[in-house]
Amino acid sequence: MQTTTTLPAPVSPWKRFLKQWGMTLGIVLSVVVIIIWQYSLNENITEAVLASTIRQSTPLVLGALCGLLGERSAVINIGIEGQMLLGAFIGFLVNVWTGNLLLAVFAAIITGAIMGLLLAYMSVTLKMDQIIGGTVINILALGLTGYFYQVGLTTNGKLQPIPLGPLADIPIVGPALFNNPPITYATFVLVILVHYILFYTKWGLRTRAVGEHPRAADTLGINVFKVRYVNVIIGGAIAGLAGAFLTLEAVGSFERNMTNGRGFVALAVMIFGKFTPLGAWGAALLFGFASAMQTQLQFAGINVPHQFIGILPYVLTIVVLAGFVGRTHVPAADGVPYEKE
Amino acid sequence: MDDQQTSEEGSQSFKAWLSALWRVMAIPLAAVLLALVIGAVLLAISGANPFRAYAALIEGSFGNIKAFGRTLAKATPLIFSGLAVAFAFKAGLFNIGAQGQLLFGALVSAVAGFMIKGLPPFLHATLALLAGATAGALFAAIPGVLKAYTGAHEVITTIMLNYVAINITDYIADGPLKDTSGGNVIARTPAILDSAKIPSIGEIPLGFFLAVLASVLVWWLLWRTTLGFEIRTVGLSPHAAKYAGMKVAFTVTLTMVISGFLAGMGGGIETLGIVGRYQPGFNAGLGFDGITIALLGKTHPFGIIPAAILIGAMKAGASTMQFNAGVAKEITDVIQALMLFFVTADMIVRKILRTKAESGEKITLSGWGQQ
Amino acid sequence: MSEEILALEVRHVTKRFPGVIANDDVSFTLRKGEIHALLGENGAGKSTLMNVVYGLYSQDEGEFLVNNKVVEINGPSDAINYGIGMVHQHFMLVPVFSVTENMILGSEVTKGSSLDLRRARREILEISKAYGLEVDPDAIVEDIPVGVQQRVEILKALYRKASILVLDEPTAVLTPQEAEDLFRVMRQLTETGVSIIFITHKLKEVLNVADRITVMRRGKVVGHTTPQETDQKGLAAMMVGRDVLLQVEKTPAKPGEIVLEVENLSIEDERGLDVVKNISFEVRTGEILGIAGVQGNGQTELVEAITGLRDVDSGRVTLADEVIPFKKPRYLVEHGMGHIPEDRHKHGLVLPYDLADNLVLCTYYQQPFAEKMLIRNQQAVLENAFGLLERFDVRAPGPEVKASTLSGGNQQKVIIGREFSRPLKVLVANQPTRGLDVGSIEYIHKEIIKMRDEGVGVLVISAELDEILSLADRIAVMYRGEIVAVVDAKDTSREELGLWMAGAQPEKM
Repeated sequence: MQTTTTLPAPVSPWKRFLKQWGMTLGIVLSVVVIIIWQYSLNENITEAVLASTIRQSTPLVLGALCGLLGERSAVINIGIEGQMLLGAFIGFLVNVWTGNLLLAVFAAIITGAIMGLLLAYMSVTLKMDQIIGGTVINILALGLTGYFYQVGLTTNGKLQPIPLGPLADIPIVGPALFNNPPITYATFVLVILVHYILFYTKWGLRTRAVGEHPRAADTLGINVFKVRYVNVIIGGAIAGLAGAFLTLEAVGSFERNMTNGRGFVALAVMIFGKFTPLGAWGAALLFGFASAMQTQLQFAGINVPHQFIGILPYVLTIVVLAGFVGRTHVPAADGVPYEKE
Repeated sequence: MDDQQTSEEGSQSFKAWLSALWRVMAIPLAAVLLALVIGAVLLAISGANPFRAYAALIEGSFGNIKAFGRTLAKATPLIFSGLAVAFAFKAGLFNIGAQGQLLFGALVSAVAGFMIKGLPPFLHATLALLAGATAGALFAAIPGVLKAYTGAHEVITTIMLNYVAINITDYIADGPLKDTSGGNVIARTPAILDSAKIPSIGEIPLGFFLAVLASVLVWWLLWRTTLGFEIRTVGLSPHAAKYAGMKVAFTVTLTMVISGFLAGMGGGIETLGIVGRYQPGFNAGLGFDGITIALLGKTHPFGIIPAAILIGAMKAGASTMQFNAGVAKEITDVIQALMLFFVTADMIVRKILRTKAESGEKITLSGWGQQ
Repeated sequence: MSEEILALEVRHVTKRFPGVIANDDVSFTLRKGEIHALLGENGAGKSTLMNVVYGLYSQDEGEFLVNNKVVEINGPSDAINYGIGMVHQHFMLVPVFSVTENMILGSEVTKGSSLDLRRARREILEISKAYGLEVDPDAIVEDIPVGVQQRVEILKALYRKASILVLDEPTAVLTPQEAEDLFRVMRQLTETGVSIIFITHKLKEVLNVADRITVMRRGKVVGHTTPQETDQKGLAAMMVGRDVLLQVEKTPAKPGEIVLEVENLSIEDERGLDVVKNISFEVRTGEILGIAGVQGNGQTELVEAITGLRDVDSGRVTLADEVIPFKKPRYLVEHGMGHIPEDRHKHGLVLPYDLADNLVLCTYYQQPFAEKMLIRNQQAVLENAFGLLERFDVRAPGPEVKASTLSGGNQQKVIIGREFSRPLKVLVANQPTRGLDVGSIEYIHKEIIKMRDEGVGVLVISAELDEILSLADRIAVMYRGEIVAVVDAKDTSREELGLWMAGAQPEKM
């Protein structure tokens, strides 16, 4: 006599659809409404706001990708902020010394990767508490950039936007999507690439297995430590790229603490995006949109002290965490160092 | 148990106590030394003379009674930040928001210091101090409640709230409560009344003794009361705490409130004892200092005092170092970061010292979800 | 003279961990096509040995031979390459993955750079049919029953062409009937040439299914035998090193008033599924009610609800004529309920605390342990600890050592000491002897019966049917969240209980 496989009673398809996509639909609808309202007020501003949205969201997406590569293999990365900051700084320095933009971007990526290596070493080999490890990276980055920074340096040029032909002329969304500098384009590509790798390849399957049940992966011959190291290092490289974006593409110089909390907002973006690249992208666009609100409100004649607009992304992060972290499936082994026992 | 001890037993237990003390202090001491060595290397790389730099540092912090007073003055808010972080650690919480709680504490103390008129000095100062501490406590209640009832991780919420605190206190000091006396344009609140000031005894600020007193009280609370037992149990095993009938969510919230109270008090003492008003930027980065001190002091109140004096010395001596040896102040931030790194990466230090780990020493706070 | 080809030979393997020798000069052989039982009580070193064979640990001394050739096993990949497959006691399945994803993990089928899940599905359905182990490749593992999960684990090994299959305590999660099914599958597999090592501590099963038996005790091999040469008593004696009482002695129960009453309890879990469906039962003073059932049929949630760790969706529980509030463990502590939790490390003890603190974990705020519910009285706590450690025979240097340094059996004794030190009306004991050595099991069973004889109403929940049969005066069987039978212990049999546990209805004669 064999026991039967019984599955739970199926939920009605409508209910299931709403449960999964209801919130997303609601948010998308509200955003579209706001954009339309705004367009009716002033056409040019809308394009500027959308472009600003993309610009603000780019470091957030990259930070979220960094975070989620680690999280999917069960390594918590609180140090994204430090990785971004140091990457930005080294990229900035290399550009000032060599005058070359491409080399500088490369240097930023390498810096991020090295910080990733450090985090991996602390988390995986030393089995340190991962939150403390990430905090150490943040403090180290703040200290090092603060000490070695000299006022008054500027970059040699800035990465310029590259219009993609006629696509850039599409009204409203054209300039925002198709007239961007290289790192921004690279971000679009990375989102899709990481999503593909994570969910459709052998490497992604193993990464996710290591994050959910590392011992099971181990018993099947997968090297848990190696998987975690690689993911965290690549994540660090991506964070370094985000830093390069800040100095070399967005601003054109360096300031102390220029990341200003973006690394932590990226964590909220990652959670809001349910630890998936496409989800993180959507969440980052939302956060970027909120940051770009400042321009909108000013042009709608609503005058609010700039500090209150300034706190918007931070408050939004808190709201997301409070509302969503309980409902999102976090990789089961998250934050727990793997012991061979 | 036999109460009488022979002298041999007496010296045995003293030796045991000494070796226990060594075991506890070895890692932080080694971490500090390693950091100083690497700091010296960095100094050399950037062209400065490490010996001159360190000598200037020592002179500026311990060289004379005035310098020592400065050191203790710097150490005072650090003790409070360290206590705030360490206290939260005991419940398994990572309060990086000590910075924001401190800012609100400083601001509210300053406001109580200049707005409340007609009180005798001792009463005024105490009231203003308590007002600041309460402000810190209330601000810390936010991440506490969020963590306890929604599972939102306090590392992120407190850091976010730090930015919120910086913005709001900036706004208040530059807006509604700005000091308009004497044609002032800097963003700051008016000076506090004399009756609100916390005096010094010679060069030693009274606030330092308050800080030491606070450490003793925190120790007593954690290890001699039932509340402390509950807090530590929730930190070590929230499941067992639930089984034991403890109210976990309430304990988490209360711990953050007390932690914020301590941080706010630190800000209040800084305002009422040293600065005399609220001025944005007066103590940037103190939040992270609290973490370094808490971990250097092994999250124990009595370890935090020497750790705070050490970091306070570095801050007090930094300007002398910059002046005498031409070294940028920020090297002390780097050395601090290195100290933090070594104290937490204790395995590296252990390998160097060849000591073994004690079980149960590790602090773990990781995970996103509700406990 | 032809040399026999042994599927596996373990030669003089020693494995040390800090402070303990888990395997001490262990040797045994596995013949091709045989079912070889590795028998020993909890902690004897059987799982450790197999983990070494499988490459999860490396041995300090000794070697392995597969098909008479010495092999180096440095990790599970090597073991898999040599045809060794292992089904662990706690399944190595990723709960959120599908059966297919779990099956191919580490040996993925790909088309270019992508995973080829369609081809994988096909291959799985093929071998599933070939071995008669039916699975649904698209099902998500956390949604399928435990018995099916085990089938997936076995198929996982067969998918990787295992010729040596190691099963670690496979019947811990099965009903007696499902265990019989498993044994049938095992015999079928041996007919196809697979050799099986079967790790267990259950004597009846060993005699039922094994061709040869190796008995281990405290890390050493103490004997090789066969079912023909021995019996339960003999095996038990080998396992433990002395004569063992297979059944605890107890006088008939004298049940009195109803002291714990559960009425129409229903509980939904986090995913909205009914895990406890309208359960009612009662426990009287001076009797032991045993709840039998395979793990995962709602017992955990039921006990959590009764002991104040979980809320319910409907129903009520009455303790000594007072309806209890849910999610208030302190109320229960103060009103005479004792709880020996299922997971002593998670709920029962705070491992970094010393024994003294653990012994007042539930009463630390009461007199004499604290004044005015705030200031603790260290002296009183210590004295209490000294007394309890002695009374309950806890082997420890003193009350100031950390609970983490104690063995499982002694840790459980600390928990019992704590719970029994209060005046109890009801005792809830959930898997009270899981993972313990025989000596501790005997001691704890005796103490529980003593409690019952003193008039306490005892509720024992256990997945070990033998424990229930040994202790309980009345037995209730739980299946899929419902109580499907309540009988007097003396009126039923193992077979009948097993049928109920599997959701079947035994025929009435």
